[in-house]
Amino acid sequence: MTVRALFAEDMLLGRLVTGIGRSPKAVVAAVVCVILLFAAIAGPYLTPQDPYDLAVLDILDAKLPPGSESMGGLVYWLGTDGQGRDMFSAMIYGLRTSLGVGVFSGIVALIVGTVLGLTAAYFGGRIDTLIMRVVDLMLGFPTILVALMLLALLGQGLWKVIFALILVQWATFARAVRSAALVEKNKDYVEAAVTLGISTPRILIGHILPNCLPPLIVIGMLQVANAISAEATLSFLGIGLPITEPSLGLLIANGYQLLMSGEYWISVYPGVLLLVLVFSINIVGDRLREVLNPRLGER
Amino acid sequence: MTVFVIRRFLQSIAVLAVTAVIVFIGIYAIGDPAEMLISPDASQAERAQVVASLGLDKPLWEQFFTFAWNALHGDLGRSFVFNRPSIALIFERLPATLELTLTGLVFALILGIPLGLLSGLKPNSATDEVIMTGSIFGFSLPSFWQGMMLIMIFSVWLGWLPSTGRGQVGEFLGIHSSLFTLDGLKHLILPAINLSLFKLSLVIRLTRTGVRETMPLDFVKFARAKGLSEKRIVFVHVFKNILIPLITVIGLELGSMLAFAVVTETIFAWPGIGKLLIDSIMRLDRPVVVAYLLVIVSLFIFINFVVDVLYSLVDPRVRLGGAQ
Repeated sequence: MTVRALFAEDMLLGRLVTGIGRSPKAVVAAVVCVILLFAAIAGPYLTPQDPYDLAVLDILDAKLPPGSESMGGLVYWLGTDGQGRDMFSAMIYGLRTSLGVGVFSGIVALIVGTVLGLTAAYFGGRIDTLIMRVVDLMLGFPTILVALMLLALLGQGLWKVIFALILVQWATFARAVRSAALVEKNKDYVEAAVTLGISTPRILIGHILPNCLPPLIVIGMLQVANAISAEATLSFLGIGLPITEPSLGLLIANGYQLLMSGEYWISVYPGVLLLVLVFSINIVGDRLREVLNPRLGER
Repeated sequence: MTVFVIRRFLQSIAVLAVTAVIVFIGIYAIGDPAEMLISPDASQAERAQVVASLGLDKPLWEQFFTFAWNALHGDLGRSFVFNRPSIALIFERLPATLELTLTGLVFALILGIPLGLLSGLKPNSATDEVIMTGSIFGFSLPSFWQGMMLIMIFSVWLGWLPSTGRGQVGEFLGIHSSLFTLDGLKHLILPAINLSLFKLSLVIRLTRTGVRETMPLDFVKFARAKGLSEKRIVFVHVFKNILIPLITVIGLELGSMLAFAVVTETIFAWPGIGKLLIDSIMRLDRPVVVAYLLVIVSLFIFINFVVDVLYSLVDPRVRLGGAQ
């Protein structure tokens, strides 16, 4: 398959790209997403200092307003925090953590949800009932409550937060995959595949799954945005990531105490970055929903 | 119908029991509260006495049965910090949380329904585009950050509204609430806006979808043919139809607002159960955390149960589907 064929109108990727291209708002949001993703991956090469290397920090540089210059000639375009850390560098590192946690937990939840959703739809009967009962139970509780409960019990930690985020997300994927797969299951091509003697796992993964992808992509985007927001909220409350893994939420929480005394930049800039990140992912996700399935409905 | 209600009720009880076990076992992973509460220079005898008085020296299963037995009698232990029954602490602060949640819900409805109507009646217009983008913005804005900005703008810069506490609490018909004093109302405005913003986006989207689905239906065409004014069609006939899904979702969202109040209460130092939870987690005040989780889960299961039963009354297919 050539690259050109991959982007053709009738291919999934082609539909996605042309769909985004027709909405200027979505194009801007998609470009912002790509830039932020790049900044997160290339982080250490873009930042003027390593914000967590204590040797380069100088307490005399603490709480400098944006645009001021350090003793060493380094310009702090976004100011410094209470420990004399360059805010721009700290934010890029925070972005790495936030995006990493959000995307990783989103992908794992997607895999777990897809496997369980496909299993429920294909085998039906008791397995279906059991899985869907658990899904209904999970979706009955709000995300933040389950995450709060779990972290209140487990305590802080990177992997605990990721675990909590996966636990609250997988059910959404499972339900979407199941309903998409139930429709596909009764179509002629599946019957043809069964008649040809193709094994069940191959039918599920090779034939049914690709046709369930559109809703998965949309939900995946929106869930990543949700996960980033939820992680920031938990970290802000002080029960999410520990101080050794500073995400954007934690940066905002640190600056919160200084907000009242006028040092706004320490919490406002990380907040703006977090907002831009979540907002642009949501805009792209919302656009994809309109493109891929006009009948999916809005929530 | 009776069978359905009983089945649902038993399921709710089972969920509550499972939650109680998980909460109890999990809470032991947090740390050793004896370490927190006994001063480092206490003698060995003093330590042993405190541990015994709190029942921390008994085996885990024995502690659990004592806990379960007491819980059934409405006793969820005494707070280590306040040295008072934890359930009393929760119920003392519950009214503040309910007041905040309900005000937030009212805000979301009185703003969200008109905006949703506006955007649903003229789909793809400039107004629609602005409102819909605004609603994405609304649920992208992390609640805690939006609260901070409200404080910064309205309390720090403009100095119009207070940013912390509940203010003066008035009494009316025996109910104590901030709603009855001017000072209390001033304190309530910012937290209520903060809590409502997320739900506002949801209400806008639900209303818009409802309007767009209802407008092309035959009964609307018929009403037009009859010569009814557009105002009457929208506000009487269409409106009735979009209220049904709206009420269902609002019922469920009330629980999620109770949970989200944790964030709002922490930012605005609102003395409700959410702030109590966060404070108790920080102080390792185990009985209060347990009591909060059980009370909020019970509330939640109760709301879900009521919504399910109401829904099955409106739509019998739910009940028949559940019986299969």
